[in-house]
Amino acid sequence: MEANDAATQTTGSWNGGNEPLGASYGKMMMWFFIMSDALTFSGFLGAYGLMRFKFIDSWPIADQVFTHVPFIHGNYPMYYVAFMTFVLIFSSVTMVLAVDAGHHLKKAKVAFYMLLTIVGGLIFLGSQAWEWTHFISGENGAIQLQDGKIVQFVNADGHQVKLEDFAAAKSDERVQHSSSKGLWYVSEVALPPVSLEQVINGFKAHPDLQLRLEKIDSKTKEKVLVSHQDADKYLAEAKQVVIGANLHVNEYGKTLFGDFFFFITGFHGFHVFSGILINIIIFFNVIVGTYEKRGHYEMVEKVGLYWHFVDLVWVFVFTFFYLV
Amino acid sequence: MGHEHKLSIFRGFVTFKSNTQKIWGVLIFLSIITGVEVALGIIKPEVLTSNSFLYMKILNWIFIILTLVKAYYIAWDFMHLRDEKSGLRRSVVWTGLFLIAYLSFILLVEGNYIHDIYKEGFIKWEF
Repeated sequence: MEANDAATQTTGSWNGGNEPLGASYGKMMMWFFIMSDALTFSGFLGAYGLMRFKFIDSWPIADQVFTHVPFIHGNYPMYYVAFMTFVLIFSSVTMVLAVDAGHHLKKAKVAFYMLLTIVGGLIFLGSQAWEWTHFISGENGAIQLQDGKIVQFVNADGHQVKLEDFAAAKSDERVQHSSSKGLWYVSEVALPPVSLEQVINGFKAHPDLQLRLEKIDSKTKEKVLVSHQDADKYLAEAKQVVIGANLHVNEYGKTLFGDFFFFITGFHGFHVFSGILINIIIFFNVIVGTYEKRGHYEMVEKVGLYWHFVDLVWVFVFTFFYLV
Repeated sequence: MGHEHKLSIFRGFVTFKSNTQKIWGVLIFLSIITGVEVALGIIKPEVLTSNSFLYMKILNWIFIILTLVKAYYIAWDFMHLRDEKSGLRRSVVWTGLFLIAYLSFILLVEGNYIHDIYKEGFIKWEF
C-alpha cells in the first residue's frame, strides 16, 4: 500500500518531477536570465532614447561619426559596423549548428562548430576594440565653446577638415608640464597637437572654411553650417581644442552621445567577452567528453541561448546607434 | 534526445528538408535584411527621410521594423523558440515585450516633454 502511494505521488500534479514547460530547470532558468538581461539592455537603450529625444535637434548624426574602415582611407560610413553585425550573426549560425550536432551526439562536429563560434566572437571583439580606439583617438578634431557645444570645421564641399590641416604655425611655445620640468609633484595630460590660437588663426587665413554646429536644421535634417564671415561670434566663445573622445567631452558633439556609446557598446562587449569565456569552457568540456559521458549536449544548447542573445542585443544596438 | 524541429518558416511558405538546411536558409534571410538596412542607411532615399508617419521618418520605421523581423528569426529559429512549448515561449516573450514596450513608451514620451520645455518654456536650466 505504501509503495503504491509513493508511486502515485511522484506522478501527481503537485509532487514535483513535472516539466510543464517541457524544458529542464537549467534551460528554463537560462531563458528567464535572458529575459531579465533583455530588460537591463532595454533600460540602457531607453535611457539613450530619452536623452536623444531631449536633444533631438542637436544629436550627432551617426554617418558623420562612424566613417572608417580599417586599412582604407576615405569616407565609408556603416560598412565596418555592417561587417561586425554579419560576423556576429554568422557566429550565431555556427553556434546553432553546434547545438544541432549535439542533438545527433556528434562530438567532433560540436567541437568544430564551437571553435568557429569562439573565433567569430574574437573577431567581433577585436573589431569593437578597433572601433573604440578610433572613436577615442578621434579623426578631425573640433573646438568646444564656453557653453559646452562642439563646433566642427568643414570646407566648401561640406566635408569635415582636420584641425592640423589648416591650423597656423605655432606661435606660443608652451610645453607639456611634466614633473621633471616644473614642480615635481605636478604634471598634466598631453597637450593637443594644435592650440586654440593656432586653430582660430588658421581658420581666419582660410576663407573657404565654414563652421558646422551641433544644431540640426529641422527641414534638411542636416547640421547647420555657419559661413566664414559669420564665424567670429562663435570663435570668440571658443574654450578649448577637442580631439577624440572621453567621458567629459568628445569631438563628435554631445558629451552624452560619447557616454552612451562607451556604456552601451561596452556593456554589450562585456557580454560578448563573457560569452567567449563560457564558450571556451564548454568547448574544452566537449573535447574531454564530459557531455558524451552525460549522454546529452544540453549544456551546449544553454550557452548557445546566451550567445544568440548577445547577437540579438547587437541587432538592436546596431539599429539605434548606427542606423536610426 | 530525439528533437523534433518545425522546419517551415514564413507561415509555411518555405519548408526546409532538415534543421541544418533551415539554419542556413535563415542566415541568408537575415543577411539580406542586414544588406537592405545598410544600403538604405547609405543611400538614404529622399522620399523616406522627408516624409514621416506618426512623428517618425519613414526610413526609421523601416529600420525598426526590419530589426524586429531579425530579432524574431533569431529568437524563433536560432534560439529554437519555435520548437518550445507555447507556455515557455509566451512566458518569456510576452513578459519581455510588454515591459520593454512600456518602458520605452514612458522614457520616450518623457524625453520629448523635456525637449519641449527646453524649446518653448520660459525657464531654462540644465536638467
